[in-house]
Amino acid sequence: METKAAASKAAPAKPGRVEMRDIVKCFPGVRANSQVCFDVSPGEVHALLGENGAGKSTLMRQLYGMYQPDEGEILIDGLPRSFRSPADAIRAGIGMIHQHFMLVPTLTVAQNIALGERSGRWPLADTKRVVARVRDLAEEYGLAVDLDAYVWQLSVGEQQRVEIVKALYKGAGLIILDEPTAVLTPQEVDDLFVTFRRMVAEGHSLIFISHKLGEVMAIADRVTVLRDGQAVGSRMISETNRDELVHMMVGREIKQLEPRALEAGASRLRIQGLRALGDRGTEALCGIDLEVRSGEIVGIAGVSGNGQRELAECLAGMRAASAGTVCLNGRDIGAASLNERVDAGMAYVPEERMRDGAIGEFSVKENVFLHDHAARRFRRGIFMKARAMNEHAAELVREFSVKTPSLDTPLKTLSGGNIQKLILARELSRSPALIVAAQPTRGVDVGSTWYIHQCLLQQREAGTGVLLISEDLDEIRALSDRIAVIYEGVIVGIVERDSASVQEIGLMMSGVGA
Amino acid sequence: MKGLLSWNVLSGILNTMIGLATPFLFAALGETFAQTAGVVNLGVDGIMLLSAFAAFYVTLSSGSLALGLLAALLVGLAMGLLMSFVSVTLKAEQGVSGIGLYMFGLGMSSLLFKVLIGTVKTVDGFKPIAIPLLSNLPFVGPILFRANILTYCAFLLVPASWWLLEKTNLGLKLKAVGQNPAAADSVGISVSRVRYLAVCMGAVLAGAAGASLSIAQLNLFQDNLTAGQGFIAVALVYFGGWRPVGVLAGALLFSVANSFQLWVQVLGVKVPSSLAVMLPYVLTILALTVTANRARQPAALNKPFERGES
Ligand SMILES: Nc1ncnc2c1ncn2[C@@H]1O[C@H](COP(=O)(O)OP(=O)(O)OP(=O)(O)O)[C@@H](O)[C@H]1O
Ligand SMILES: [Mg+2]
Repeated sequence: METKAAASKAAPAKPGRVEMRDIVKCFPGVRANSQVCFDVSPGEVHALLGENGAGKSTLMRQLYGMYQPDEGEILIDGLPRSFRSPADAIRAGIGMIHQHFMLVPTLTVAQNIALGERSGRWPLADTKRVVARVRDLAEEYGLAVDLDAYVWQLSVGEQQRVEIVKALYKGAGLIILDEPTAVLTPQEVDDLFVTFRRMVAEGHSLIFISHKLGEVMAIADRVTVLRDGQAVGSRMISETNRDELVHMMVGREIKQLEPRALEAGASRLRIQGLRALGDRGTEALCGIDLEVRSGEIVGIAGVSGNGQRELAECLAGMRAASAGTVCLNGRDIGAASLNERVDAGMAYVPEERMRDGAIGEFSVKENVFLHDHAARRFRRGIFMKARAMNEHAAELVREFSVKTPSLDTPLKTLSGGNIQKLILARELSRSPALIVAAQPTRGVDVGSTWYIHQCLLQQREAGTGVLLISEDLDEIRALSDRIAVIYEGVIVGIVERDSASVQEIGLMMSGVGA
Repeated sequence: MKGLLSWNVLSGILNTMIGLATPFLFAALGETFAQTAGVVNLGVDGIMLLSAFAAFYVTLSSGSLALGLLAALLVGLAMGLLMSFVSVTLKAEQGVSGIGLYMFGLGMSSLLFKVLIGTVKTVDGFKPIAIPLLSNLPFVGPILFRANILTYCAFLLVPASWWLLEKTNLGLKLKAVGQNPAAADSVGISVSRVRYLAVCMGAVLAGAAGASLSIAQLNLFQDNLTAGQGFIAVALVYFGGWRPVGVLAGALLFSVANSFQLWVQVLGVKVPSSLAVMLPYVLTILALTVTANRARQPAALNKPFERGES
């Protein structure tokens, strides 16, 4: 049962020098990696860039033994190796922090770290040794973790730290980080980078995947870009710049978006005194007042966990408000169900897209019709009009350039950005009066982000009201006509787009500027 | 009704309860292991039937209770391997493969019974062992400390299972594999191996449950000897919230109701016997509806694991 070799413990800081040669990996209908070459030097931070679905995670999963390459070879410290499972990769000193965390929520932090390790007190679970060693690691790398807490009690940032401690504990000299910053607040990202620098100083090598070019420029030594499963090139960070990287990733220039000046029109959404409880039973929204008018994008800025999620869910009708009113186009929709809200003209792009916005097991086409399967033009009596549905779905997929092998592909096998584009396509195709978009570009690549932003701006020009909830301040500032800052469940200030500096907004977000 | 209220009858009811609880404890604790690792084995009843037959037949022909018990455990192991092969390796739908296993056990045991034995026979089963001193305690002594070896084992299995699940390395792996198999896989734990182990442990215990019926409690074999007790055992796992203590509580509740209805019939209290027989089942359904708590349910219960999904 024990799969962990003691050998790797002996030399925890030994850097794994990796070389991947001509890697080919195919899935039904997609060539996820074709002839990819990739290497990491000791003590290097090597960033991997590419659009959604470019094959970054797939490449790294092969290095971590989760998939086996169809062709090509992997060399570790100059020796060809073939990993049949993650156990082999761990033994070779490789650690991976996955895009979706690999923690068991019902176990404690210490138990999660001990999981899969050879126990020194067999048959008992050896959490004592974990406690002793983690204390050292925590000091060395500035990674504070509460070993007795259950994982379900931790915030995303804390879970991330647990993942890193876990990898270090297992003696990884090379750590793969698959989009570690996608879910972190800017402050947490800074802390994470401090940890990274210490790890590199200790001789670890890191592979860093991110869609945020600023982060890549800040932390990486070298960068490799993948496009459509192929490596299009590698650059030293010191010898490249943002524009070149974007061009390599997308294959074309991306212009800065410039929202046109518009006169805001009639009220689309009016929220008065909205209060609601959070998941833990404490008040998460403490009296929100806000208005979104036609032809206007209102951005909600704030540090994660200040009520953004609850606000979005209240508006979508997925969380009951305890007080206050919500009016859509002047009509009180406080008591309306999700379906009635959709009929009244609301479109909702949820934060947890796989939980609230789509069904992973369903096909791309079925997901397009989750709401509209009963619409007149898609049914005849109780039967569905297959032709009309196919055409409509195909049109959306084409128009929003969703990358999918076919309309019948299960949604969950698409990449994150493509899933998001599909949800947006579905919501926008109904010509809504109001769009509530929560974190619409989290984990989404540069090209798709640009596309989604452009869609939102087009909607604004067409007279739709947009409520944009995002923890990415750059996104808020680029799109919003007005920026409302949320702090501990209240709007602490609303500023016009050009009248406030990043610093001012940042202060308000931390609760001091108001 | 008066007869039911005497101390003797009460002690009789409780003593019967302890005996009746034995197969439930074995089977339900075993099923707890399998479900903790994410596999629902609905075939428990089939395993119990076939191993009850094996225990009975081997004891009858060899005269050795130990060999009979061993045969039951081996039959359990074999059926556990079959269940894990179908549901873990072939990733078949667990509910359906479990029902298949049940049908196989049911049919096979009655076929073998007809071919190899044919008529109702009895064996000398495991005898009650009185524990010195303890068995002389007033009231509780006769209830708790004059049971057969299998009953003692079944009750000791409760703390042992708790220890295994909460304190050991294996327990950690079982829970991880049942809650988030991808996470277990990513730290190098073989999800299939752990699930095989869990299902087989459960099946061997179901084998013990079968033996406790045919060579300790009833000392005979007949068609469909278990009368669905294996299914009740599966229900007890849900009732107990995947915790050994909870399973114990459920097993005792069900057994005391059963024992009560037996005594009601024995004492000739005027209650329609079909109503009396229904009592334990009605009670189980009620208890299940009241206590139903999915919060503790292993998140990956009933889900085959495929690397690279999610
Ligand atoms: N298990 C799988 N089965 C089938 N197809 C898959 C599987 N995993 C990935 N793919 C496909 O392989 C391609 C590459 O996916 P991959 O997850 O590597 O992209 P990525 O670069 O990590 O994207 P993202 O930035 O969205 O994380 C995609 O087209 C995806 O749909
Ligand atoms: Mg990825």
